[in-house]
Amino acid sequence: MIEDGRPIFVQIAEQIENDIIDGSLPEEGQVPSTNEFAAFHRINPATAGRGVNVLVENGTLYKKRGIGMFVSPGARERLLAARRDMFEKQYLRPLIAEAAKLGITRDQIAKLLQKDEV
Amino acid sequence: MSVVEIANLTKRYGSVLAVNDVTLSLEQDIIHGLLGRNGAGKTTLMQLLTGQDFASSGSISVFGAPPVENARVLQNICFIKESQKYPEDFRAKHVFTNAPLFFENWDSAFAEQLVAEFRLPLNRRIKKLSRGQLSSLGVIVGLASRAPLTFFDEPYLGLDAVARQLFYDRLLEDFAEHPRTVILSTHLIDEVQNLLQHVIVIDEGRILVDSDAEELRGSATTVAGTARAVDAFTLGRTVLSRQGLGALAQATLSRLSDEDRAAAAAAGLDITPVSLQQLVVSLSETAQAASAHSGTSAQLGTSTTSTQREK
Repeated sequence: MIEDGRPIFVQIAEQIENDIIDGSLPEEGQVPSTNEFAAFHRINPATAGRGVNVLVENGTLYKKRGIGMFVSPGARERLLAARRDMFEKQYLRPLIAEAAKLGITRDQIAKLLQKDEV
Repeated sequence: MSVVEIANLTKRYGSVLAVNDVTLSLEQDIIHGLLGRNGAGKTTLMQLLTGQDFASSGSISVFGAPPVENARVLQNICFIKESQKYPEDFRAKHVFTNAPLFFENWDSAFAEQLVAEFRLPLNRRIKKLSRGQLSSLGVIVGLASRAPLTFFDEPYLGLDAVARQLFYDRLLEDFAEHPRTVILSTHLIDEVQNLLQHVIVIDEGRILVDSDAEELRGSATTVAGTARAVDAFTLGRTVLSRQGLGALAQATLSRLSDEDRAAAAAAGLDITPVSLQQLVVSLSETAQAASAHSGTSAQLGTSTTSTQREK
């Protein structure tokens, strides 16, 4: 779950974002506590807290004093927009590079995509 | 706020410099990893910090005062040693009846829970305990003492995988409830890397790395591919280590930017992250090579430290 070579707090923030995007953390829903994240992922609580704080600072989550963290209204739409912007760079470019390495033409990629659409 | 401040600390045993001009501070309520090879100076450093040995030179301040024979400092410290000695004929239960006398924050209920979880036989003579059971005893004392400054020196010799996982889980849980400063010295870097907030790597008595754990993660990357492509890419960069196999090669480099990664991918190189354990091995090897090369370990310390800072 936690990968090597990348800061853990970044991965925690991404996982929370993914949960918001796929709807398992609904807007206005409560997010698990820092200590719950730490115990679940077996990571240092301060590191888990740092991941949560990234999302509080950029407005994805908000704090209710004495209660906990909640998903901000409109967070899902904002995250989706940001992820769509990243899609080309993160997924399409590497795919095209790998295809080029293997001698797969763009036409062939297009055909594969259509075949997969069933 | 820092709990421990040491400056230019040196410990010499005859001709051996076990700790060599170390300057370091440890922050409050953080889990530190003290990593390094056998004989790197980890235990000596902890003995100096806990007032069990005298420094040859330099200064140590723990909770604002030198630790040697200082009751006010020492009562806030718990040091779990790899080879703790107990009085002859002591049984495990005697340790638990005596511990509250030494540790102000001792939690008997927590100790009992841990005894059950680690399946420690309380009535057996300590000298009859297995290596793993002896380690369990130390781990339980270290956790239940809740000392503001807790040292674990290779706490889990002989502990099985289940017991080690139990130790990590209980440490994290209890640390979340009762934050304190922990120094965990270990060889099992892969196992503990996610627990650590701060990493100190020591080699031949010198500090190789003194860094936030999250900064250290992702601070190195391995690129692999044809030797020609690897060498072209690594030209002018800091290479931590390089291995070759015929026409293939791989090199571990310090932090790569997104542009660097794109350039490496465009050159047909495979990019893989480096775990903390691999990074420590690479840095120790680089340090050793540098020391063999320059002939003086004094230069090695400064050169590797500056490499660390570049990232």
